Amino acid sequence: MKSLIIAEHNNEHLAPVTASVVKAAALCADEIVVLVAGKNCGEVAEQAARLAPVSKVLLCDDDQYQYALAEPLASLVIANAEGFSHILAAATTSGKNFMPRVAAMLDVEQISDIISVESPDTFKRPIYAGNAIATVQSSESVKVVTVRGTAFDACESGGSAAIESIAAAPGEAISAFVGEELAKSDRPELTAAGVVISGGRGMQNGDNFDLIYKVADKLGAAVGASRAAVDEGFVPNDMQVGQTGKIVAPELYIAVGISGQIQHLAGMKESKYIVAINKDEEAPIFQVADYGLVADLFDVLPELAEAL
Amino acid sequence: MKILVPVKRVIDYNVKVRVKADETDVDLANVKMDINPFCDIAVEEAVRLKEQGVATEVVVVSIGDAKAEEQIRRAMAIGADRGILVQVEKPASSLTVAKILKAIFDEEQPGLVMMGKQAIDTDNNQTGQMLAALTGLAQGTFASKVEMADDKVNVTREVDGGLQTVSLKLPAIVTTDLRLNEPRYVKLPDIMKAKRKPLDKKVPADFGVEERSGVSVLKVEAPATRKAGIKVASVTELLDKLKNEAKVLS
Repeated sequence: MKSLIIAEHNNEHLAPVTASVVKAAALCADEIVVLVAGKNCGEVAEQAARLAPVSKVLLCDDDQYQYALAEPLASLVIANAEGFSHILAAATTSGKNFMPRVAAMLDVEQISDIISVESPDTFKRPIYAGNAIATVQSSESVKVVTVRGTAFDACESGGSAAIESIAAAPGEAISAFVGEELAKSDRPELTAAGVVISGGRGMQNGDNFDLIYKVADKLGAAVGASRAAVDEGFVPNDMQVGQTGKIVAPELYIAVGISGQIQHLAGMKESKYIVAINKDEEAPIFQVADYGLVADLFDVLPELAEAL
Repeated sequence: MKILVPVKRVIDYNVKVRVKADETDVDLANVKMDINPFCDIAVEEAVRLKEQGVATEVVVVSIGDAKAEEQIRRAMAIGADRGILVQVEKPASSLTVAKILKAIFDEEQPGLVMMGKQAIDTDNNQTGQMLAALTGLAQGTFASKVEMADDKVNVTREVDGGLQTVSLKLPAIVTTDLRLNEPRYVKLPDIMKAKRKPLDKKVPADFGVEERSGVSVLKVEAPATRKAGIKVASVTELLDKLKNEAKVLS
């Protein structure tokens, strides 16, 4: 059994989630190869080579992979897929984008967003916004799998795998990168943070999120939001936690002014400890909270920032 | 330009699903069903493009049981012109659906396929990307903005780090995210009108597609439930619990 993992990175740094994907892959196969495709991304290949379970890193440095566009990236994976029993990537917006394309090109079903590896062909994955967990078995010749990063620990580091440069895959450019607006923040990344504090509709507007930022900075926390807060335009989409946003599982999750719709719970209920602050004591968020505080968030947040 | 819009009949997103006692599946008996919310957004976007004069025809297709006609009629009430219902014996896999859509794509030759990024039942998020692979076309997934530009479409995508805009050669496959638009409320006269719009009924064999799946479901179980927590009375008590009981703060 041999696994091919497509690394997630920004051409400079390997995303921490890749180490979790390697951990999941190590439960499926004994040989693990990581593909790093990008532009001027040699340093990323070095970082991938240091992950202990990895036996080889394939490095494809070419302009067309700079933004991980699905069309060229899927073609590159296909060109290098021979001999692998498993192909895995993180269930991030990048992995979700190109992996089903890879699966269809191989004429196999994909298994999305796994949370456990029961055996090399059997996996658990959430369905219905996490309200049910399905155990699924694949009889496909190649298992194409995306992995929920928060469900697996990072693998050990300290390895020194060989790095082999490979050629770009030929193909007509049918898509092109136009631009991006990436959030700039000094706070930790949402999916990797140990503490997350999120605001919902109860925040009333974007300016009031400053109250959350103050607490977050005292805690070294990442800041998230419910879909309602994003839909209302309080904060940008990259902060959304939920079924269709980001999945987080920090040590401590603090939900402020969030009612707790099932779509939101799907994104945070695996957190170790959940705190809910809401003035509506009937809010469903209290049903999943370890500690609930029924109070006005406009009183609580300044007090919290002061006390920390 | 013709736009093809695949839609799926799923459980209403407000309904809390329950797992069957024998753990073979979730219990969908007598549960309210509706159009998948992301598909609703796709229909709305396609109809808006028609209203703006960019598209000339909106064709909606659903692959499901006979009752999926309800969701096709709903799409017609929003403004789709005609429908295709492909009736399947049991829920079709993403790849099977993509293969049927590929065959319909070849027949219909649309300039654009607009579809939801994922269905809220299986949460797979696969079919649009698979259709793009099978047709060899460009894909713009998780769209929050779609702008037509001559022989291209610019798609702004919601990605983990923020927003990314890509330019795709037409025809192309676009999958919708939540903030692309807010679907309109359908009015009664439009619902009546929708009943008279043409609907073709097909089966997968009409397209030479075999219903198969390489993935079988062994078990469906309820997720682990969280232990009921406690209410604290003040910020001071909350911090005390977090420090001394949960030990997540120092």
